[in-house]
Amino acid sequence: MDYALELSGALYIALFALIGIAIVFVTLGMSRMIAPHNITPGKLAIYECGEIPSRGTDVQFNVNYYLFAIMFVIFDVEVAFFFPWAVAFDALGIYGVVAVALFLLLLLDGLIYAWTKGVLKWVY
Amino acid sequence: MIDSLLITFLKALLLVLVLLGAFAYMTLIERRLLGRMQHRFGPNRVGPFGLLQPIADAIKSVFKEDIVVSAADKFVYFLAPFISITFALSAFGAIPAGPAGSFFGFNPWIVDLDIGLLYVFAATSMGVYGVFLAGWASNSKYSLLGSLRSSAQMISYEMGLGLSVLGLIMITGTLNLREIVDYQSGAYLLILLQPVAFVTFLISAIAEVNRTPFDLPEAEQEIVAGYLTEYSSIKWALFQMAEYVNMMTGAAFISTLFLGGWRGPRFLDAVVPGISEWPFIWLILKMAIFMFLFIWLRATLPRLRYDQLMRFGWIWLFELAMLSAIVTGAVIAFVL
Repeated sequence: MDYALELSGALYIALFALIGIAIVFVTLGMSRMIAPHNITPGKLAIYECGEIPSRGTDVQFNVNYYLFAIMFVIFDVEVAFFFPWAVAFDALGIYGVVAVALFLLLLLDGLIYAWTKGVLKWVY
Repeated sequence: MIDSLLITFLKALLLVLVLLGAFAYMTLIERRLLGRMQHRFGPNRVGPFGLLQPIADAIKSVFKEDIVVSAADKFVYFLAPFISITFALSAFGAIPAGPAGSFFGFNPWIVDLDIGLLYVFAATSMGVYGVFLAGWASNSKYSLLGSLRSSAQMISYEMGLGLSVLGLIMITGTLNLREIVDYQSGAYLLILLQPVAFVTFLISAIAEVNRTPFDLPEAEQEIVAGYLTEYSSIKWALFQMAEYVNMMTGAAFISTLFLGGWRGPRFLDAVVPGISEWPFIWLILKMAIFMFLFIWLRATLPRLRYDQLMRFGWIWLFELAMLSAIVTGAVIAFVL
């Protein structure tokens, strides 16, 4: 497929996304017209099982989320490198397989390093 | 041949409406099936077999007051359902539902992209933003915890998803979903060539759409409803819609990649000539199988604990998918 067709594909996707956005606007608009609007302070409070909310979201949360996010960025970028290689798999031949196998080993080495460091272990 | 802009617009509109209708009735089917599996009836009062229940639900959710909590970041709070639903809907557009020109002379897909597979990945993974921003913008503890869990889970299982299809791409040599379907009609179904990848892909897909046993983002018993806690009325319904549309996209995507997509079994051609080339029905049938599986799993399995979830995703799924890709590559390169 040539470049112009790819571009038209992008155009069609944009069109499709616009319809999605329009659907949301229509439903929200409908709800705004129909739904009652009777605000009291109690309704506007955040939900905390009926108690008066003690504090906002400035709470401490587990650092593991952060570590997994970093791991994801590293590995997902590396996985993204595999896609173009897999498409051109036949053309690249044995050389491609060996090169990617080495790359994969490095990737696995990184994963095993993170594993032994305890990054993959969820600590409460 | 590609269709004109106007035709594509109409097709896209039709697809969106069909998906929304399917969403409405999926909620009914799910509740009825869960009822059956738990030895109760499920909703059967509104209309025959409860068939009007989704309409009643829709009317109810429109009539409910839409509350925006005062602590919320108003703009992002408003933006989150947009992101969720827009990307959930647009992911479906690349999936072919029949042979070219079979939809009243037009193509039964919205776009035919050479990078269709990557496009579906990209569009579905944008769903993480909707979920995360919803939780963050609500400015509530439960929502924040829910969205953190959800994001960590979705990004972790996305890698299993990506690695699972590597072997498949090596075999077919294309990222175009239409060509992947065509490949499977010429050779074996890819589920037979890539059984391990199929299993890892299926499990990752269930985790991606936050279904039981991976429904920790919602985990009603621990963090209320996760990122949905502060959403009410129609905005809540939009998130539900996005979730079900994502489920359907996942089901259609698995069917397309591993089960021959829109093509039916060839041996039926002996009975009714050309039946395996009929558009729509086979894809819908295959999707229905996976949707049933999702509901069945929900009725069967308990929820995982969070550390189990992460360990399973990173240590088992990731490694198994990688191994499958390595073996596939080695077999193609050195044996064949």
